Amino acid sequence: MLWYIGRRLLQVIPVFLGATLLVYGMVFLRPGDPVAALGGERGLPEAVAQQIREQFHLNEPFFVQYLYFLRGIFTFDLGPDFTGRPVAETIANAFPVTFQLAIMALVIETVFGIGFGLVAGMRKGKLFDSTVLVWTLLLIAVPTFVLGFVAQIIFGVQLGWLPVTAGRNPDFESLLMPAMVLAGTSMAYILRLTRTSVAENLTADHVRTARAKGLSRSQVTNRHVLRNSLIPVVTFIGADLGNLMAGSIVTEGIFNINGVGGTLFESIIRGENVTVVAIATILVLVYIAANLLVDLLYAVLDPRIRYA
Amino acid sequence: MPENRYDNGPRPGQDRYVAPPEEVTVGAVDALAEDQAPSSMWQDAWREMRRRPMFWIALAIITVAVVIAIVPELFTSHGPRQCSLAESLLPPSGEHWFGTDKNGCDVYTRVIFGARPSVTVGVLATTFVVLLGGSIGAIAGYFSGWLDTILSRITDIFFAIPFFLAALVILSLLPNRNALAVALVLASFGWTSIARITRGSVLSVKNNEFVTAAKALGMSRLGILVKHALPNAAAPIIVYATVALGTFVVAEATLTFLGIGLPTSIVSWGGDLSQGRTIIRQAPEVLIYPAVALGTTVLGFIMMGDVVRDALDPKARKR
Repeated sequence: MLWYIGRRLLQVIPVFLGATLLVYGMVFLRPGDPVAALGGERGLPEAVAQQIREQFHLNEPFFVQYLYFLRGIFTFDLGPDFTGRPVAETIANAFPVTFQLAIMALVIETVFGIGFGLVAGMRKGKLFDSTVLVWTLLLIAVPTFVLGFVAQIIFGVQLGWLPVTAGRNPDFESLLMPAMVLAGTSMAYILRLTRTSVAENLTADHVRTARAKGLSRSQVTNRHVLRNSLIPVVTFIGADLGNLMAGSIVTEGIFNINGVGGTLFESIIRGENVTVVAIATILVLVYIAANLLVDLLYAVLDPRIRYA
Repeated sequence: MPENRYDNGPRPGQDRYVAPPEEVTVGAVDALAEDQAPSSMWQDAWREMRRRPMFWIALAIITVAVVIAIVPELFTSHGPRQCSLAESLLPPSGEHWFGTDKNGCDVYTRVIFGARPSVTVGVLATTFVVLLGGSIGAIAGYFSGWLDTILSRITDIFFAIPFFLAALVILSLLPNRNALAVALVLASFGWTSIARITRGSVLSVKNNEFVTAAKALGMSRLGILVKHALPNAAAPIIVYATVALGTFVVAEATLTFLGIGLPTSIVSWGGDLSQGRTIIRQAPEVLIYPAVALGTTVLGFIMMGDVVRDALDPKARKR
């Protein structure tokens, strides 16, 4: 087991380095001078601009800059952004809300996606199954922002069940609607994955055996059908956490939440390269960690997989 | 010699059960047309698809969307920019079927003209993704070894970067964004799934007898890949590409909505939705029409993907 984790961690290194290098390159090699933009219309005095370039190593070759950035990541010292505000502070302000939002969305999509998917898969071709399938198609076809507006108008304005926007320091209740909207598309995918997987597993030999040896219906479903069907679903969920956090750009904008998405969007538009790269790195790390977790979960789900 | 020679039990060397002739109906044997070629996977799939109403609905939606995208002028006599501020926010009427927006533009006309950029981006991005992801996956799967290792790691790297983040960063670099640019950006980070799918199916085909036979007959490696391995990988690629086309249309609309996709100089559903957003409380209907048009188009492609998947998958066909 430890061996396996060690090997997996080694495999992670090229992915981490490659992904951060790619993002770093995209952000820092773009045309235009971020320092010159800081001065606005009047421009910065040459001495000040030169000093800022020195401070951020902008005069160095690209790879040296990248190495400085890596040192910052590994020593947990991200430094200031171009305006002098510590990047760590920006991140500390943005991440908690988005993390809460993403986790809530993840729980919603997992519970409802797997729950409905299981029932639909067990009754493939029946009324419940067809109804649920149509809903998943609609959820995938309608963009998140439209979903957000519809939810705001129906649940926020007309029914008044939930707050329309979240605003600063949102509580659980005001994050509920954004989380549901954020979860929508992924939930549809999870539901469909579970449904197909369950429907396929129902006719598998081991399930027939389990039935034949007299296990109760719920035992067969829980232990033999669902557990085996979850492997593709868990893979999807693992890859989805990072996407939920990055994809919250739209949801956060609609519901007025000050999180990662909004910060990322603003930083990109304003050319705050340091912040963009830092956020991107964290998102890549989240993705890698979630995937590692998923790999270990496989062993729990499928007894044939053992990490010796 | 016993009267019934089938009761003798197995003959020497024969340990399998052979059904006595009385049990095999002659009609069933005769019904098999031996001189007819066996129906191919695609013929089977077509027969299966034809029967499903969902296929025809999806086909109708896609056809209408594509025709509107190619010749929007056929469907409206207005121009998308024939607007007069005096007619701002009119309710639906005989002249303006869907009413007018804040700038007094005819909403129906704008919905019709908005189809082109969405469909163009979707089709272009899907084409790029299939070409790029398909060739990377095919090469990785067929020429395994170090090439496979490198290409698979590159795929992992691109997969690890959140799609939206990458799209935003690249699009913010481009001063002149048009449908082609947006499609290229979407494709440059959207190819990973199709690369993995192609690699998987090429790997599974590679060790089949017909590939060995082709090798033995002296066919080149590239020839085998193109003629034998790729056609067998076609089914999952087609299914994925159809659904991906729909999701690319959604991605384009979302980016345009954020103000970083297509510029406002191009009439598009995403742009109109972003404009309608500001007056959502006074006139929600301005938002509804482009949203419905967008949703219906995407639905058409996703439904088509579903139908094709069901038809190509013999496991799903048996009920």
